[in-house]
Amino acid sequence: MSSSPLHTSIWLEEPEADNPFATRSAHCHGYDVYGQMLGQARWVDMLYLLFRSEAPTPAQSRMLEVLALALANPGPRDPMVHAAMCGGIGGSPAAASLMAALAVGAGQSGGARDVFLAMKGWDACQGKDATDWVEVLTRHSPPTWLAPEDAGWPAIEHPAGFDPHGVSTATVVLQTLEALAHLSTGPYLPWMARHRPNLERVAGLPLSMAGVAAAALADLGFNGAQGEMLHLLLRLPGSAAHALEQAQQGFRRFPYPPVDLQDDPRRAPSEVQEAQA
Amino acid sequence: MRGPAFLAGHAGVLRTKVGAAYPGSHAVFRGHDLHRDLKDMDWFALCAFGITGRQIPPAHLRLFTSAWVCSSYPDARLWNNRVAALAGTTRSTPNLAISAAQAISEATIFGRGNEFRALDFFLKTRQVLDSGVSLADHLEGFLRGGGRMAGYGRPISSTDERMPLTMALARELGLADGPYLAMACEIDRYFESTGRPLRMNLSALLSAFAADFNWTPREFNMLLFTSFLAGMYPCYLEAVDKPPGALFPVPCTDVRYEGVAARDWPPG
Repeated sequence: MSSSPLHTSIWLEEPEADNPFATRSAHCHGYDVYGQMLGQARWVDMLYLLFRSEAPTPAQSRMLEVLALALANPGPRDPMVHAAMCGGIGGSPAAASLMAALAVGAGQSGGARDVFLAMKGWDACQGKDATDWVEVLTRHSPPTWLAPEDAGWPAIEHPAGFDPHGVSTATVVLQTLEALAHLSTGPYLPWMARHRPNLERVAGLPLSMAGVAAAALADLGFNGAQGEMLHLLLRLPGSAAHALEQAQQGFRRFPYPPVDLQDDPRRAPSEVQEAQA
Repeated sequence: MRGPAFLAGHAGVLRTKVGAAYPGSHAVFRGHDLHRDLKDMDWFALCAFGITGRQIPPAHLRLFTSAWVCSSYPDARLWNNRVAALAGTTRSTPNLAISAAQAISEATIFGRGNEFRALDFFLKTRQVLDSGVSLADHLEGFLRGGGRMAGYGRPISSTDERMPLTMALARELGLADGPYLAMACEIDRYFESTGRPLRMNLSALLSAFAADFNWTPREFNMLLFTSFLAGMYPCYLEAVDKPPGALFPVPCTDVRYEGVAARDWPPG
């Protein structure tokens, strides 16, 4: 045995008798993955098990599946998918397209960090009276002293889980909220469905898909770090599919907008002033 | 500055002040013709100019370059280098390997997140001290409030071999007399006097220099992107030159399972 072994509570592998590097059986949190789960458990069951260390109840499994479907493709207008398409269109490796999607989809405006921060809000609601939740969920003041988890992130510009450019709640957000709130066994989504108008009024912004996802993930018992990871993961399928599609379309059909360069040294000062006017 | 009308004004056009490429003609970099005005610029200086929009004094860049050189360890056990090396052992591409290794270098323990917080801490601490609070009171209050010092303490060793090299060069370049550097050293002395295992490491030292050079946390965070880069290349290359899977192979017995006992999957 190595003097520096790897420690895990998630995964137990037993080796083949003839090769310590080949797997005879693998257990995930005690469940035999290849001997029992294959053919019985679903993909979302495995996801839930990996993160929460227990098998989901049928209701939790159903809810996670609905969430996974809602998040699977943010669509080609979303910056995360746009980034993946930039990989596809240029002929980058598959992993590069997904890495691009992950980096962009990590952001705190509509991305996984938005979900993390919104889930921090739900975490702060624990132990508080529900009448205080609106205030907790709509505050977004930056911390005075940065915690390790804050390092590198730009300043927070809007309350987490809301659409900074929204006018009213988008229909797809409402449909997702409604579908999940009916399934939820937790307290947050049903509350959010009931109090959404007031929540949005105090925030001054409509709820976003990230906000619904955060509440759903909190109701499923995930913590913020787990929710952040799952949000990244669950939005990858659409990124991948759109990257592959653009690779087939060809770069001439991919947008390359004109540039309005406002400090071109080759432009006369009068032209610049005219352009800026 | 928000709403659909705002977005519509930005749709279908790139409105920019940082530059553009005109293939076959010229390229503009922060208001300068790249191939005419900046073609002789040192690459690292161009990076710094791209980040700050300021012409950075060569002595500042020399100090940072030296620190980057001193932080370039081609040791594949280091977590970021290990990612590059693991990509080599699975025969991934060099670009994916280095990109992933760079991505995890934004770490709170050893990486760029540390300098971001250290520099932010120094700038805000200066304001606190200027308001009349003593350094001891400030530090004790910060720690009492659950604050975690960035740039003080080190996970692998209690001393940092890069510190004397960096300090010696700073003195040679006349850069060792800045007020933030003095404050960073005073913090180090305070922790030493109170017996805490929090000694200044290179992250705090560089962040103090960055504060003295008027860099913001974001600017310095971006400059640090290349700080570990040179050490990553050899780790990937050596791994890819070995047989596949030969880097850090893990037999089943080297994974210590600490979870629940075997149980049956609940029937659906």
